[in-house]
Amino acid sequence: METTAHAATESLLPSAHPVQLLDPTGAEVPQTGTARDYAMPSAARLRAVWHAMVIGRRFDIQATALTKQGRLAVYPSSRGQEACQVGATLAIRPTDWMFPTYRESMALVTRGIDPVEVLSLLRGDSHCGYDPIATHTAAQCTPLSTQLVHAAGAAYGEKRRGRDSVALAFIGDGATSEGDFHEALNFAAVFESPTIFFVQNNKYAISVPLSKQTKAPSLAYKGIGYGVPAEQVDGNDPAAVLAVMDVALEHARSGKGPFLIEAHTYRLDAHTNADDATRYRSSDEVTAWLDRDPIARVEAWLKARGELNDDIVAATNAEAEARASELRDRMNAEPTVEPMSLFDNVFAEPTAQLEEARAMVQAELEAEATA
Amino acid sequence: MSSARPVTMGSALNTALRDSLRDDDDVLVFGEDVGTLGGVFRITDGLAANFGEDRCFDTPLAEAGIVGFAIGMCLTGFRPVVEMQFDAFAYPAFEQITSHVAKMRNRTSGRVGLPMVIRVPYAGGIGGVEHHCDSSEGYYAHTPGLKVVTPSDAADAYSLLREAIDDPDPVIFMEPKALYWSKQEIELPSRQPAFGKAVVRRKGTDVTLVTYGPSVPMALKAAEAAADEGWSVEVVDLRTIVPFDDETVVESVRRTGRCIVVSEAQGFAGVSGEVAARVSERCFHSLQAPVLRVSGLEIPYPAPMLEKIHLPGVERVLDAISRLQWDDQPDLTFAGGAV
Repeated sequence: METTAHAATESLLPSAHPVQLLDPTGAEVPQTGTARDYAMPSAARLRAVWHAMVIGRRFDIQATALTKQGRLAVYPSSRGQEACQVGATLAIRPTDWMFPTYRESMALVTRGIDPVEVLSLLRGDSHCGYDPIATHTAAQCTPLSTQLVHAAGAAYGEKRRGRDSVALAFIGDGATSEGDFHEALNFAAVFESPTIFFVQNNKYAISVPLSKQTKAPSLAYKGIGYGVPAEQVDGNDPAAVLAVMDVALEHARSGKGPFLIEAHTYRLDAHTNADDATRYRSSDEVTAWLDRDPIARVEAWLKARGELNDDIVAATNAEAEARASELRDRMNAEPTVEPMSLFDNVFAEPTAQLEEARAMVQAELEAEATA
Repeated sequence: MSSARPVTMGSALNTALRDSLRDDDDVLVFGEDVGTLGGVFRITDGLAANFGEDRCFDTPLAEAGIVGFAIGMCLTGFRPVVEMQFDAFAYPAFEQITSHVAKMRNRTSGRVGLPMVIRVPYAGGIGGVEHHCDSSEGYYAHTPGLKVVTPSDAADAYSLLREAIDDPDPVIFMEPKALYWSKQEIELPSRQPAFGKAVVRRKGTDVTLVTYGPSVPMALKAAEAAADEGWSVEVVDLRTIVPFDDETVVESVRRTGRCIVVSEAQGFAGVSGEVAARVSERCFHSLQAPVLRVSGLEIPYPAPMLEKIHLPGVERVLDAISRLQWDDQPDLTFAGGAV
């Protein structure tokens, strides 16, 4: 009996060390001793990831700048986490679901959602600027880990409908302490719900370091207790993120249930622009992580193979700059907000009480207009 | 010809679930113990056997998980009806209910509606131990985006649950568990007035008792007893707390000139206070006396052997009626805990 339990556990275990296919210099790392076989993604895929990371980083820097201009109420940067956000996003299909948190703006842009719609929540004109059903992308979630249970339910719904769509749900390291993380993994496992739980372990939950968040040797080990296979991956290695996502997706799509990924990465900026990261971490630590830049890493690999040259890099940088410029222009236009919409979507049909409140606000606005 | 027969509220709810499962393949019933066992109150009795475990199934014991999972299933077009087993057991799901269930339509500018029903057996009177008897309707009613429904008889239980399942918005369906075994001569299926429509359960001319759910039968008994003392008492059953039927309540109180709000829930900052405030605002010139509340005490729900003292009963309603004459300085000592 004991051996059976141990054997079952073996198949769930993550690799002893984070899976890495490219080292920080862009050199290929020989695959030995990983829990599963991970294949090097094609050059074409890595070029697509590199391209989206360049665009994504420039978007992120622009969004941070927009907070300084007062155009965004707040912005949680994901600069440095490009390999996670872009890699995981490009690994899934348009028909797959995504369940993002407030930090996944770059992932949403990579998904093809209009960046102005992505920033709606943070600008403050709407809680969600895009259509979750049309984009298969849930509203960015502010409470921690609550959307993981939704992801498990949506993935189960897809399975019940006879489709092979999966749900990809993002969280950070701190969110693994929340009760809903536990309930989501447990539900997904019991219902064999094709859900990929993608933890971006960026080392801090606002100011609280991982060491004060958990005693687990790796957040990926949390899968074992639920019967969910898991892997830990170098979250700054785009090739490894793609490879691990491929395995997780194959697992989920083939009816074997959920998969947990812990991506080791680092949040180069503060939690949000409202946070002062110098209070809780050293500049040496940040500098060390700058040397693990996911864009430089895959760029070096692509260049060494002749898949990329300086002209393409320059053209891509120009494209990123143009997109940022367009975003800046569009964000500088005042958003239109319709006051009467306040009452439109509390219920499908407003109650008598909402109609009364609507009439009051309407009268107030009319009085204001004629004053 | 009438084939009306005695139907309990519990079996009316079971029939409503059956009919909904039969009529709409997207309706699913799930929660802790709802499958093989048929629910601890047997409200889901036989559903798994009759409709298959795809349509009615047991989940892990995790209320946030049950509600959150239902949210996700709504995204793929299902209409989940989930059970919380007991009132206070729903509190772990409170974040999912208030932060997500209530807000999803609004957050997504109307693009994502959540046609789900959360069934919550609630309130006391059954000798339940701690955490099994809370009146939690106030929490839900205070949260914009949730419809809050509570039947008081079998006919309404059937009709309101069918409507809740058909509704495009999330409905917190509060089931007064002390009334599960109450019987009514009815023929199912039947439809009663729609959400947002209160019903006058007894006509009267001197005072209006506004009440709902578990307190309705008690209020009717009190009205009967008050008749012996010469009071003609009207009883209004709200049926749905959200949406709220100002019209029926106001029409009644303007006619009778007196109002007592009767609820099992504690009075302070609750639904009964809201009703009292609405009546005061709208009926001030018709009122012969202040609006009184007869409610549960301002205490954590007591141990079963003491619940009779906590629960509002006929005597307290009669006492409140007697204090409505207002010839003297009002004594508000026990009016909904106000002093």
